Amino acid sequence: MASAPFNTHSSFSETIADPEADACTEQTRRAILLGALASTACLGCSTRARAGEDPPGSDERPQNGDVLVFSEGDQEGKLITAADLPAGGPPVHAWPKDPKTSVVRSASRLNEILIIRLDPAELDEKTRARAVDGILAYSAICSHAGCPVTAWVKSDVGDKDVFKCMCHNSEYDPREGAQVVFGPAPRRLAALPLALADGSLSVAGNFIGKVGGAQPG
Amino acid sequence: MKTSTTRKQWYLSGFVAFTCLVSTAAIAGPIESYAPVTQQRLENPEAGNWMLYRRTYDGQGYSPLDQINTSNVKNLTPVWTFATGVVEGHEAPPIVNNGVMFVATPMGQVIALNAKTGDEYWRYKRQLPDDLFQLHPTSRGVGLWEDKLYLATTDDHVVALDAKTGKVVWDTKVQDYKKGQYMTLMPLIVDGKVIVGGSGGEFGVRGYVAAFDAKDGKELWRTFTIPGEGEPGHDTWHGDDWKNGGGSAWMTGNYDKDTKTIYWGVGNAAPWPGEMHPGDNLYTSSVLALDPGTGKIKTYHQYHQNDSWDWDEVEAPILIDLQRDGRNIKSLVHPGRDAIFWVLERTPTKINYVAGWPFVSTDVWKGIDAETGKPIVDPDHKPVIGKRVEFCPSLWGGKDWPSAAYSQKTGLVYVPANENFCGGFTGEKLPLKPGELWLGTKPEDIGLKAKPGADHFGELQAWDPTTGKKVWQHNFPKSQLFGSVTATAGDLVFAGGTNDRNFRAFNAKTGELLWEQKTNSGIMGMPVSYEVDGTQYVAIQSGWGVDAQRIQDALATNNIGIESNVPQGGVIWVFALKK
Repeated sequence: MASAPFNTHSSFSETIADPEADACTEQTRRAILLGALASTACLGCSTRARAGEDPPGSDERPQNGDVLVFSEGDQEGKLITAADLPAGGPPVHAWPKDPKTSVVRSASRLNEILIIRLDPAELDEKTRARAVDGILAYSAICSHAGCPVTAWVKSDVGDKDVFKCMCHNSEYDPREGAQVVFGPAPRRLAALPLALADGSLSVAGNFIGKVGGAQPG
Repeated sequence: MKTSTTRKQWYLSGFVAFTCLVSTAAIAGPIESYAPVTQQRLENPEAGNWMLYRRTYDGQGYSPLDQINTSNVKNLTPVWTFATGVVEGHEAPPIVNNGVMFVATPMGQVIALNAKTGDEYWRYKRQLPDDLFQLHPTSRGVGLWEDKLYLATTDDHVVALDAKTGKVVWDTKVQDYKKGQYMTLMPLIVDGKVIVGGSGGEFGVRGYVAAFDAKDGKELWRTFTIPGEGEPGHDTWHGDDWKNGGGSAWMTGNYDKDTKTIYWGVGNAAPWPGEMHPGDNLYTSSVLALDPGTGKIKTYHQYHQNDSWDWDEVEAPILIDLQRDGRNIKSLVHPGRDAIFWVLERTPTKINYVAGWPFVSTDVWKGIDAETGKPIVDPDHKPVIGKRVEFCPSLWGGKDWPSAAYSQKTGLVYVPANENFCGGFTGEKLPLKPGELWLGTKPEDIGLKAKPGADHFGELQAWDPTTGKKVWQHNFPKSQLFGSVTATAGDLVFAGGTNDRNFRAFNAKTGELLWEQKTNSGIMGMPVSYEVDGTQYVAIQSGWGVDAQRIQDALATNNIGIESNVPQGGVIWVFALKK
């Protein structure tokens, strides 16, 4: 007997002036990544300008052949190579980037990726088969409530370091396909197939599994 | 053979699903008879109904029903249950209007049920955005007005539903969830205005309280809890700190119908370390007195200044008429997250400090200035940048958002408190990225420690607000207490909140534990009591999650023999006396 939600008031509600209409606060992470845009984000940063700041393709899921760039830290926006990945972790946080258009697909937080290099001997058979030189990629969005997976810490239930969502303490073991080892998450993190050629990483397929949090049953 | 069986099973399941749909519609269907909710009914609710967050506008959390009482509560038994189908923290009170129950659950769901039988009338499931970052995936209930009900959602909309059918009447976007704005509170309805407040202090938002027209969802007013340029109180902020200063207002307010004033609790400043936002930081960690017609701030009281501990003071103070020092006082009573039990006096133009005392141990305050009511800080326990600082109580405070209750019969205030927890973190200047956590520390650096040798954690406390004396206390040796409490005229106090999944009834006068019932999950919801056809019921949602689970996980790492494995999954439990 669920009622389909619909927006009978969208014309009004969508036109409410943003009460926090300070242009600087509108600066988004993607604007920061797109360096040139970021430097001028506070100049004439109108709603229209903001709507136009996301280039076509920036909210599409990772595509076959996309390269990967750092999504945070000192190297934000720079290409990630195998040499950038420390053996045994921690993971590097990444965005996919279209190599033809140079568009970084950072307009949706669902596109953020964790890339980690592990000892292939530690991986279970299925995970090892998917890894390239021990390198694996997973969605950085927790499958429970959609919070980001930000930590690489010792598990609450074992001695290994695991991916952890600090919001609700869900933990995932990247050695076993990012299956849930602790916390309320209902399913594993989505995996992203990778390719490695001449030390350069690229996306080799679509996410395996659903990206994002749970919906009511 | 295998294919044939599978196909047969598929046909069979399809048939079953079809018949279930038909039978559900035949049994329940839309609500035929519904009692419209008026201002007069909200101001003077019938004893058998629970139509506001704490049943009455004064926020007392008290039911005048007394069929269930100290002598017969041992005979309380479940009469029906209903699985909500979702996990995480189920924090909403079941709202009851003349035999119809509305229950909000995590993930934007509302279920309408026959309050006597548990039969389902309808169910609304909001389709939340895939990219929603739900730091607090919960809901604290639905507000009622005329023939509609109102839900504030985690993707930051207010939705009006037809009470009889569950169909959406209007849906208004309030703020942008992609900037960390969200809502979990139950809307307060006053004179046809749907009043809500925003969450998101952890994301560096600027808090607000806003009102929408119950008929069509049109925004009527919005008052920011952090004053902008030219507004009184703006000078308590430095530079541009006010633009992202927190002060979210994520709990339902209370209302003084005589003076037409709503009292709304305001959260802490953002980010956490006070060094990052020097000044008193009005109106964070305060109570605001607002005109519900215009949103104008009439007056305020700031409980503590330049918050650095994540001590939201979002639970609205309870309105109690009490006698103190030979004076009749129209009071505001607030057991604070800052560990102080506050007694204030409300007048039409001013809130006066009357008294304050710590209700759990704290090393943060050296005392309270009797003239100003400002607590005096011990700087050794105030978080700073670049150094780890420990403080007691923990960042969850002496009492977090779960509500205290006041019994008009005993004159006592019942407080779900936590003792023997301390916390700490290292302050760090981190850049603000809209839509991402901005705490002023790394989330993995936040700690909760049990005091060495602690013999208990949760405390259900009973205080006499007229004297400042504690009358009784029940300790929970192996659990925090993280659930709202409710008092009844049967001289009972109902409470869940512990990690052993129990729902309990205490003698309101003595604190004696009189009854307990194990439930499916841990309880962090709010007990309510109502009456249908002459029978008194008690209802609660069981469903562990959010901060109760976070504390549980922290307890598990303290090596004190407490595990983190409290099962999740929501169920509505309804109890009555055995016949």
